[in-house]
Order: sequence, then structure tokens, then C-alpha cells
Amino acid sequence: MGLPTDHRGADALAVEDPFVVDGVALGSRLIMGTGGAPSLDGLGDALDASGTELTTVAMRRFSAAEQGSLFQLLLDKGIRVLPNTAGCFTARDAVLTAELAREALETDWVKLEVIADETTLLPDPIELADATEQLVSRGFKVFAYTNDDPVLARRLEQLGAVAVMPLGAPIGTGLGILNPHNIELIVARAGVPVVLDAGIGTASDAALAMELGCDAVLLASAVTRAQDPVRMAAAFRHAVVAGRLAAHAGRIPRREHALASSPMEGRAQFL
Amino acid sequence: MDEYSPRAPLPGSGADVAVVGGGVVGLGIAWEAARAGRHVVVIDPAPGTGASFAAAGMLAAVSEYHYQEEALLGLMLESATLWPAFAQPLAAEAGYLRTPTLCIAGDGADRQALADLRAVQEAHGLEVTSLTVREARAREPMLSPGIAGAFEIAADHQVDPRRLIAALLARLGSERLVRRRAESLLWDGARVAGVRLDDGSELLAQETIVANGLGARDLAGLPVQLPLRPVYGDILRLRIPQRLRPLVTATVRGLVRGRPVYLVPREDGTVVIGATQREDGSDAVSAGGVYELLRDAQALVPAVAELELYETVARARPGTPDNAPLLGRVSAPEGGDVEGLIVATGFFRHGVLLTPAAARVCREVLEGGNGGAWKPFRPDRFAGLGNGRPISHPLHGRSS
Repeated sequence: MGLPTDHRGADALAVEDPFVVDGVALGSRLIMGTGGAPSLDGLGDALDASGTELTTVAMRRFSAAEQGSLFQLLLDKGIRVLPNTAGCFTARDAVLTAELAREALETDWVKLEVIADETTLLPDPIELADATEQLVSRGFKVFAYTNDDPVLARRLEQLGAVAVMPLGAPIGTGLGILNPHNIELIVARAGVPVVLDAGIGTASDAALAMELGCDAVLLASAVTRAQDPVRMAAAFRHAVVAGRLAAHAGRIPRREHALASSPMEGRAQFL
Repeated sequence: MDEYSPRAPLPGSGADVAVVGGGVVGLGIAWEAARAGRHVVVIDPAPGTGASFAAAGMLAAVSEYHYQEEALLGLMLESATLWPAFAQPLAAEAGYLRTPTLCIAGDGADRQALADLRAVQEAHGLEVTSLTVREARAREPMLSPGIAGAFEIAADHQVDPRRLIAALLARLGSERLVRRRAESLLWDGARVAGVRLDDGSELLAQETIVANGLGARDLAGLPVQLPLRPVYGDILRLRIPQRLRPLVTATVRGLVRGRPVYLVPREDGTVVIGATQREDGSDAVSAGGVYELLRDAQALVPAVAELELYETVARARPGTPDNAPLLGRVSAPEGGDVEGLIVATGFFRHGVLLTPAAARVCREVLEGGNGGAWKPFRPDRFAGLGNGRPISHPLHGRSS
């Protein structure tokens, strides 16, 4: 992979290695959710610091009709909106919410969330598959928020999702990536972009997601609920780039025993 | 229910001060100006029925602190110190109580969040005392045995906003109240000379103070676009059966799995449980909101399930981009400030707490001051933002 390796920083890298989804090239591999922000100004500053070009908004929680609202902020900043169906428990609910979003925002993109219960906020796989099928047939571009289940992720892609978004851990927990092996499996078999979504706690979690081969990372609480959201957003901006570079730099094997970095002179090098 | 209030007979030159908005903030400003000897009128078709009607009345400068909101904290602390003197002449009428606040953690992660916050609160010199669960329950036996931690904030008190409104209206007197909607500011050259009312009549005033919360968005003739947005809240009022009294003696604020909830006990055997924060554009009470509040309140105080739920109310708070109020004079394009105009809105979650500070700042500005330490809250601080422009297509931003 022809990733740039010069020293021009994250922004230059992003331009030459865009995140392409549904034919749209985005300069950042970090997608920031807006939930949990303490103030509109604070959210705006964090969005700037994150460098994100795509953000998700819960359509059931924010009115697009209100002046001076969150949507105005995103418009002013030129950040694309990926409406989501947070708070939906049935396929029917999710489809209605997606239709509302399409009408209000004039986009056929939707991040599909169908939640099984309030305690875990885990996706309900059956309703999720049902809603994906319905939304695809209605012409939506579905970004499917899913469990870290390689079988389900594959199935959602077959149903027509334009991206699959497996969770690292349940929403808002900040527990990181609980099953890295499954994430690797999902990536290995996916023909559409894989976005690690939910459970991210700190920068190293996002870097790991990228090292596992994910195409992008989506997070909200990890930034919006941090004590210093701007600093944390900047940390994630760098972490995502770092992980992306590392994933394609050919890491060294893990060894049982030490190996000096300067090889002993006079011996032939195998590698 | 609305008894007819005759228009106040005004002196030839009009009033000294016209306050647009008869919520807690507007009435507090008017009262302080009246006590300073000014001829004041308050303009509001239905005083005390906006956000003030819903407000729980927590005077919680310490527990309302949020990371990085130091400027707002300064104003909240200032106002908290003004509250005793502000409340004193209103005696017990306003339900001002110096009961403490207990912050309760629902689980271990909530305890960690409150402990992290406490470290910063203490760094700002605020007093937050850690209690064991058993200490907290010895003081408030109705607290659930399942809570994970407690912190006491002795400085966070309460007032009953509805009684405060009634007390302020009584002090001001009906002759100072104009039960009309202010439609637009009246201009006399470069200065504001009063307001035009919805019946077309004009009310002249030396100074006009815009204190009508979100209503300021609909007031024509303002020289600056005020970045106000409605942040709706659902709030519940419940009656405590005799056998369960007192349910709690302190104000109980909790974090339950990261979700904030509070219970404010009143002297009359009722308790206020709040509040959601919604930007969904709906001014109706949200069933989900009521459910979540009761669920989380019951996690802290199980006996909540046995109370009589007698009122659910939703109102919009006047939110601003930085959560801080819009307070003071406004710059004139030709330099200096617009004469005859003071703005006092955008108090968001903190209108009741910040009322004495707003009243003080307005009095000082009326007396020729420039807002002093409170310049950071000037209403024109956001100038240059695109707020107020109609929403077009959020998907297709500038860069796409």
C-alpha cells in the first residue's frame, strides 16, 4: 500500500490516503459522534481538534429545524452529517427514523442502530438484519452498527450495507476492543469499509483498531465526556493516523527471547 | 385566571427601566432596580410561566460546575454569595432553604466520575466532602443500600422558583406589571427608547432590559443576533405520603450509570425530580423522559415508587453556545455601546442561581458601570458566528 511516510503530519497523510465510503472520499479516518457534549462551543472546538469530516447525530434527540442548533454548527464547520437511529429498539422504529433523517437532511446515508436493551445497548442482530434489508430496498446507504460477530458482519454486507461498524465494547463503556480477534476476522472477510464503533476509551484503543485493519474509527463519549475534550480529540486524530501507518508498515514478529537491535558483525543476515 | 392589570400610569418621559420578561431573572432585575429607587415596569403577558415555572431552584454553584467552565463558575459562585442578602427581605416566602446537597454515585464508575470531578472542584477551592455509603445513609436513611458513594456539598442550597416569582410580583406590585408581549425595540436614532407592545402601543423607557429568555429570539429590533436555542427539559413534581416523610432532607443529586438526576425536597412535603435535557424540538412532556427520571431517581431512593406523581412539566431552557448567559450592554457599530439597552438572557440551566448576580450586574450597568469583571458574558461575544441563518443542507457543507 502506497502510504505516504513523510513528515508533513496527519493532514497531509489524510489527503493522500483518503477514507472512501459509498464512493465519497473523506480526509479523516476519525468519525466523531456528537452525543454527550457539554456545550455547543465545546463540541465545535473538539470537532476542529479531531480533524473529522464526518459526524453522527441522533435524529431522535436533535431537531434539524432549530436555528442556532447542532446542525447549524456542523453546517458552519463544513462537516458532513451521518444521521443515526440511536434509541430505536425495532426495525420499524429504525426505518421510520431513517426516513425522517432523509427528509430533514436530504441524505440517504444512515448509521443504523437497533438496540436490544437499555442495560447493554448491544445491537439486536435480528432486528438489525431486518432493518438493513428494508432500508437498502428503500434506497438508503446503510452504515450498520453491529456486534463484533464476523458472521453477522458478513451477512449485513450481503444484505447491502455500504459499511459495517462492529463495536469494540458496549456503547459508552470505554472498555476498548474486547475481542480483537473477531475484529481482525471481520476485516479480513469484508468487502466494504469496516469502522470500529463504540467502546473506545482512549487513544491507544483507536490506534489498535487501525492496526487490526479497520478503515476508520467512530467515537463520541471518549472525547465529549473527557475532562479536556479538545486535547483528547487531538490525541485521537494522531492515534488513528499512527495506527493506520503501523498497520501497513509490517510490524516485527513477537519473539520469546531478546534480539539485539544491532546484529553481531560478521554473520550473514537472512532477513 | 389572568386578572386584568391596568397599564401603569407612566410619567411623561416614560419609565426609568422597562424589563422585558417576567421570569425569575427579569423580576429579580426589576426588583433590584426598583429598590435602587428607579421607576420600573415589567412587560410579560404571563409572568412566571416559562422556564421559571419548571425550574427546581437548586442554588448549586459547586455541583453545577463542569470541567473547563471556569468563567461560568466564577459568576455562579458570586451569585451564590449574593443569595442570602437577596433572599433576606423575601423572608420565608420564597422557600429559600440552606439545606445541603448530597451527590450520590449509582455505581463504581459513577463514583469515579464524581471523585474525578471533586479533585478539580477542590483545586478551585470548593468544598466537597467525601462520605461513606453508611455515613450518607445514616443521614438519609431512604437512600438505597445499593448506592456506591456519596459526596456532600454544604454550599449548594435551594429556593422554590414559583414562590419566589409570587413574592417578587407581590413586592413589585401590579401597577409595575404590563401584561403584554413586547414586539419590538423602539429606537430613537442610535439609542433604544423603549418597546412597542403587541397592541401597537409604545412604552418609553430610559433603559430597556431584555430578560425574556428564549423569547428574545422573537423580539424585533435587537442590534445583535442572540445565539439562543431551546434545550427542553422534563421535570416532575411528586407528593410524599405522610408515612414516608421526610423522604430526604438534603437535595440529592445522583449519577446513575452516567445519567444525572436530582431530587429536591420542599418544605410542603413534595419533591421535585428532574431533569432531562432534550434538543428534539418538542415542547411536550416526553414519556421516555418521565420514565428515565423515575427509573434513575428510584435507583437512588427506592421509595420514589410510592409517591404521588401530580405534575409533569416540560419547558425550554434558553441555551447558548458556551452555556453561559448573555449579560450586559451591546456594542454599537459606530463604537461604544448601544445606549438604553441591556441584555440579560441565555441563563440556560442556571437562571435561578444567577438571578442575584444578573440583578447586581444590571444595577451596576444602570449606574454607569461597564460590567466590570463580567465582561466575558457580554451578549455580543459571539459576533461573527453564522448563528441565526436558516438551516439549509447540513449534509453538504462548505468542503464538499
